[in-house]
Amino acid sequence: MSAWFSPDSIDDALALIERHPDARLIAGGTDLLVRRRSEMSDIPLISLERVAALQGIEEVREDGMLAIGAATRIAELAVSPLLAANAPLLQRAALSFGAPAIRNMASVGGNLCTASPAGDCLPPLHALGAQVELIARAGRRRLPISDFIVGPGRTSLAPGEIVTRVLLPSRDRFAWQAYEKIGRRQSLAISVVSFAALLRLDDEQRIAEAHLAWGSVGPTVVTAPELANWLLGKPLDQSLIDVAAERARAAVCPIDDLRAGADYRRALAGNLLRRFLRRVQHG
Amino acid sequence: MSEIVFELNGEQTKLAVSPTRRVIDVLREDLKLTGSKEGCGTGECGACSVLVDGQLRLACLMVAGQLDGHRLTTVEGLGESPLGAKVQTAFAQAGAVQCGYCTPGMEIAAVDLLSRQPDPSRDEVRAALSGNLCRCTGYVKIIDAVCQAADVLNASEDAQS
Ligand SMILES: Cc1cc2nc3c(=O)[nH]c(=O)nc-3n(C[C@H](O)[C@H](O)[C@H](O)COP(=O)(O)OP(=O)(O)OC[C@H]3O[C@@H](n4cnc5c(N)ncnc54)[C@H](O)[C@@H]3O)c2cc1C
Ligand code: FES
Ligand code: FES
Repeated sequence: MSAWFSPDSIDDALALIERHPDARLIAGGTDLLVRRRSEMSDIPLISLERVAALQGIEEVREDGMLAIGAATRIAELAVSPLLAANAPLLQRAALSFGAPAIRNMASVGGNLCTASPAGDCLPPLHALGAQVELIARAGRRRLPISDFIVGPGRTSLAPGEIVTRVLLPSRDRFAWQAYEKIGRRQSLAISVVSFAALLRLDDEQRIAEAHLAWGSVGPTVVTAPELANWLLGKPLDQSLIDVAAERARAAVCPIDDLRAGADYRRALAGNLLRRFLRRVQHG
Repeated sequence: MSEIVFELNGEQTKLAVSPTRRVIDVLREDLKLTGSKEGCGTGECGACSVLVDGQLRLACLMVAGQLDGHRLTTVEGLGESPLGAKVQTAFAQAGAVQCGYCTPGMEIAAVDLLSRQPDPSRDEVRAALSGNLCRCTGYVKIIDAVCQAADVLNASEDAQS
């Protein structure tokens, strides 16, 4: 048996962390409790479930960003009107996540902290340019998601720190947003390759802005900024699409594992970009 | 041990239990409510599905402390609501039960769906049950049962209005 704490404010949570330095934070428990069975059943748990300040999605007045509370459930992302207007690709990711019961339990902050290369929120959050807000007794800090996730299962979360919010800059100017997940089946599937994209065309149908991100094809999300920059100002035609897909295959660094081989993943990464650009091309 | 207070199938319940004990173990071993099944223990099969405040959750990935102050419905309490009773009748009539291991979870997931969406399409039913595995039926009759329950539900509402 181990201790269980369920604070209702961030201050109380921080005080508990200080008093129980060996404790683990738990949000939805869909990663932690799976591992806990085998490894760590004596470790005290501090639940973030009842901390109201970590729940929900709202607009931040000062800087026009959207703030998603770290303990917000994946199911809530899927139905949020604010996300529908700003970041529909994150909603697509939420709907491809696990199965309904998992979506009712799993949180976006848990997905970030688990930092799985296959985490479904991660490619959309990279493409959106999300920032991660952290709090500790010493104060708050904010960092880009690409600095927060540093390796497979590794983040720059310091001991005693809590993820409080994920902040999204305004992205409603991107008429084209996509998230696609290729798995072994439709439901309860870990992605073999996932792909997130935001794209905007100018009046002459040239690419004005693009953000791309792939999951499950490297130790962390692959964003290929050189490829995104290379697209800028170019007219979206068949030859561009062919070269872009080729460059995407070169940009990713997948591995062989139980779910798929590296060559297959590389081919998929290119084809997902190709399919997306074709859809944009045909309007 | 600590005391948790929650509503279990409509009854206020006080329980002295380790707050980090899995809800599936509290149900099956402490409370002898063996309707909820453990298939995988890792969130992949849905056999342990329960409703917490009317929302679908998995009892194998929850601990007792999370129940404190909440409303828990298991398959044992499902028949007490008109919706739950209709779902259970439909499962029996449609031949949706073979070995029965998945049935409690399937019925819980069906009630979760129909309480939000009383008139679902077949695809919506499939999506709502997509976290529940069945090794016997091939799913067709389970989906038939949920659609039948929806028809009965809507017919009885039409009759009332
Ligand atoms: C059956 C099943 C299917 C799944 N399917 C998918 C899927 O399709 N896609 C996918 O991406 N993932 C999937 N997952 C994995 C998991 O559901 C997600 O990673 C989920 O987002 C984790 O969130 P949680 O709230 O449950 O995390 P928890 O298990 O509560 O926590 C995970 C880790 O994050 C830490 N943590 C959580 N919140 C905070 C915080 N605010 N501050 C600091 N640390 C924190 C915890 O200490 C812990 O180390 C699946 C899991 C299961 C069991
Ligand atoms: S036992 Fe809980 S999902 Fe399988
Ligand atoms: S009836 Fe046997 S598992 Fe579904």
